[in-house]
Amino acid sequence: MTPTTAPVHRPLRGPGRGRWTDPLFKALVTTSGVFVLFLLAFMIIRTTADAWPIFQKEGLGFFTGTEWEAGQQRDLPNIHGTYGAWPFIYGTLVTSAIALLIALPVSIAVALYITQLAHRRLRGWLTYAVETLAAVPSIVYGLWGLLFFLPVVLRPVMVKLADWFGGFFLFEGPVFGLSYFSAGVVLAIMILPIMTAIIREVFAVAPTAELHAAYGLGATQAEVIRKVLLPRSYSGIVGGAMLGLGRAIGETVAVAMLVGGSQRMGYSLFFAGDTMAAHIFNTFQDALPETVLGLMAIGVALFVFTFAINVLARLLVWRVGRNTRDAAV
Amino acid sequence: MLVAVLAGCAPGDDRIEGAGATFPTPLFQDWIHTYAQTVDQDLTVDYQSIGSGGGITQFLGQTIDWGTSERYLRDSDLAEAEQLRGCPAFQVPITFGAVVIAFADPALDGLVLDAEVISGIYRRTITNYSDERIAALNPGRDLPDREIIPVHRSDGSGTTSVFTTWLADEDPEWAAELGAGTEVNWPAGTIGGPGNEGVTANIAQNPGGLGYVNQSYAQVLDLPQAAIVNADGNPVYPTPEATAAGIAQVDIPDDFQFDILGVGGDGYPIAGAVWNFYWECGYRGDTGQQLREFWRWAVRNGDQAAVELGYIPLSPQLKERVLAALDRIGAQDPTPTGGAS
Amino acid sequence: MTALDTSPTTPAPRRSLREIDARTRRRQLASTAMRVVLTAVMAVAVLPLLLILYVVIERGWSVISLQFFTEDTLPFRMEGGGFRQGFVGSFLIMLLAIPMAIIPGVATAVYLVEYGKGKKLAALVRFVTDVMTGVPSIFVGLFVYAAVVIGTIRLGFGTLAAAIAIAIVMLPIVVRSSEEMLKLVPDHLRSAALGLGARRWQTTVKVVLPAAAPGLATGSMLAVARGAGETAPLILTALGSFTTTWYLVGERQASLPQLIHQNAVQPFPPGIERAWGGALCLVAITLLFTVAARLVAARFGKRREGM
Repeated sequence: MTPTTAPVHRPLRGPGRGRWTDPLFKALVTTSGVFVLFLLAFMIIRTTADAWPIFQKEGLGFFTGTEWEAGQQRDLPNIHGTYGAWPFIYGTLVTSAIALLIALPVSIAVALYITQLAHRRLRGWLTYAVETLAAVPSIVYGLWGLLFFLPVVLRPVMVKLADWFGGFFLFEGPVFGLSYFSAGVVLAIMILPIMTAIIREVFAVAPTAELHAAYGLGATQAEVIRKVLLPRSYSGIVGGAMLGLGRAIGETVAVAMLVGGSQRMGYSLFFAGDTMAAHIFNTFQDALPETVLGLMAIGVALFVFTFAINVLARLLVWRVGRNTRDAAV
Repeated sequence: MLVAVLAGCAPGDDRIEGAGATFPTPLFQDWIHTYAQTVDQDLTVDYQSIGSGGGITQFLGQTIDWGTSERYLRDSDLAEAEQLRGCPAFQVPITFGAVVIAFADPALDGLVLDAEVISGIYRRTITNYSDERIAALNPGRDLPDREIIPVHRSDGSGTTSVFTTWLADEDPEWAAELGAGTEVNWPAGTIGGPGNEGVTANIAQNPGGLGYVNQSYAQVLDLPQAAIVNADGNPVYPTPEATAAGIAQVDIPDDFQFDILGVGGDGYPIAGAVWNFYWECGYRGDTGQQLREFWRWAVRNGDQAAVELGYIPLSPQLKERVLAALDRIGAQDPTPTGGAS
Repeated sequence: MTALDTSPTTPAPRRSLREIDARTRRRQLASTAMRVVLTAVMAVAVLPLLLILYVVIERGWSVISLQFFTEDTLPFRMEGGGFRQGFVGSFLIMLLAIPMAIIPGVATAVYLVEYGKGKKLAALVRFVTDVMTGVPSIFVGLFVYAAVVIGTIRLGFGTLAAAIAIAIVMLPIVVRSSEEMLKLVPDHLRSAALGLGARRWQTTVKVVLPAAAPGLATGSMLAVARGAGETAPLILTALGSFTTTWYLVGERQASLPQLIHQNAVQPFPPGIERAWGGALCLVAITLLFTVAARLVAARFGKRREGM
């Protein structure tokens, strides 16, 4: 019998095409990975280099100065204006703080409900519902906030608060509508999904053995949560809070439509101020070239803040929240 | 191959682009719409209202075909432009408009204000409608006891420039503290809105709202307006006739660089012009010709829309001068079809 | 010797086993109170979502018609017209952005999973990608403006510049989700392929990637949903337009989020109505992608169990 060549279905190996295909492929994907690093580095370097004249002129005064006056001349590289960004930094901090103060307790409560109280079949639906909040684009939050939520819900609340507590500096009127408070509340709704997702994951991976042991010893549900679940979740909760904070700091469009746009700062929550991201967004189109550099400097400062917060947060929760669902959160 | 694809995807000849002030946006939109429907359906005219500063920047950056601004190009800007492109840039006034003080409260229509009071309102030395300084200008008028909420532009703005130039001219305290310009450091307690649109929206949303806007926006939305005391001490309500009367008092030089200040008599004092900037060369293909035709049509036929929308059209003499100037658009470019120009 | 007290004592009254002492009752009440509070907060938390969807649908519905998709925007104060240039613009921008984000994204994920185990460089890349998901999109817009619109490459405002910005926003999301999906592919598939004589790249390209395809699609769809809704970078790179343009370079491009914003901040009511209509469309698009992604993920999960 003559040996016939056994037909091989689509041989996976070609006729010795090359020992270089594997290293080539590896080089390609490695380059792609390094490209991400390179991209980030390029982003930082390019914007900082462009904005450098501003930093050079203002020095630390960029972060502490309260006067922001765009120069009116067009002779770069001379800088004529004053660029003190503290009012915007302050506005960013205040709106993010309001958002965090509102969203953190709610997130924890929602995460507790979903993991501890809800019926098993309900869990998926509730999780989806909260995550759908994350799918709503920022511009829709801005539009809804500006044209519905603010006049219908927030303004009456603000007027009441100003009436009752007007003496206290935080609630001093007059009530404009557009304010740190309005932006902060809508921000809270926007960062709720990401914080809930992380904190929910943290609760979900808590070892049930510990919880059951506590129940077995006769603890009520409140006690189990308070004394067993929460203590072991602190770092995760903090990490989730920081991720939410990072998102709140960088949020642009919704805040730009709700915060008011004044270049000053005020101590009342009802003051119409401005945040870093919102100021860039609102003034970019009309800005003279020198002002664009000033805006770029704000952008660099914004990036540094969010980067620092995100790094800290990820270090705390780096293992958590890496499902596909949470990738976009 | 990518370059070829991209080159093939670059724009062709049937589009002219402009950008600049928000002040004339409703008027330009109307003109563009009518022109497309009645004159030339194949030409796309696009105008983005990014603000006067942006209009100047993009024009000098040569990314647009024409620029629009409420601030005219100074000689230094024109020199810079000529250096950049290799041929002169020029400007013409296209339309006039009043900057009015608008309120949210209909009962305040016709309230008399003067430069010092307005300056005080924005500097927050006057905070209530029932303030005696306002009452002094409005004897016999019932003034509500309500907090004034001054609204300003949060973006850089030619409207702001017109408004603050007039304020600085009339009130020395304003000139000292805040000055004039497209962007000033507004005092705390005022709120900002982006564009004429944003300011109008903000005024309407607050019962005590007061702000400065283009007359067109106030007219179309039927906002109550203030009567302003002019240089002769007469309070004038911003009607088109009053504004036209004020503008007629200004001597317009050949280079079209002028400010509308010191208006007296029957004239409404806070008025501004809108300038368009063009180049004498550098337009690709038919662009120069299309620009000429569109803007000549607008200057000749656009009066009705202007009046309807609350702008002040050019006077007949001024029109002739502007039409003559418009012939300079792309004049140094070779004629595209090699025939008679 | 002390005598034991043997006098009969009254027996203690019988206590029901169901009787609870005061302290326990307090604890139980506290727990019930907590449950009530948590339930209430949960209900309140779901409220904004329902409110947003309801208001957007209610106010945007009246504007939606065929005209809305086929006509360009009219002057703000006129009724009618549509958002055609926004739909076309967003479509073109996403068309360019998606390959620019997915190809490097999946490639990086392949690097992290197949070639990067335990390597320091891979750990750095993974960490940086994680952090990049939190970079504000306005910063990305500023960078693309500086580097691409007016900078070294000088493309000017337009579709391509906007696509680059959106791709940078989408990239970290694609990398993270693709990495997770590739990790889920069981190792025995890889071993089997290698055992049959395949090279490593063949294993990856012909076995692992197809196996992970539904998961990769899920991640990509979520990234698209996120990218389509971004507004800030578009203002800085595409600027906006009132007319439809199909050009990739050299002309400003409109986009749906930017049109919504432009119409929302102006005072004429017809424009505001159109803004709500645009918002309704945008929410519908993003929800569509999000829900589709979840469906694919669910089916992928079921299929995997059979592997």
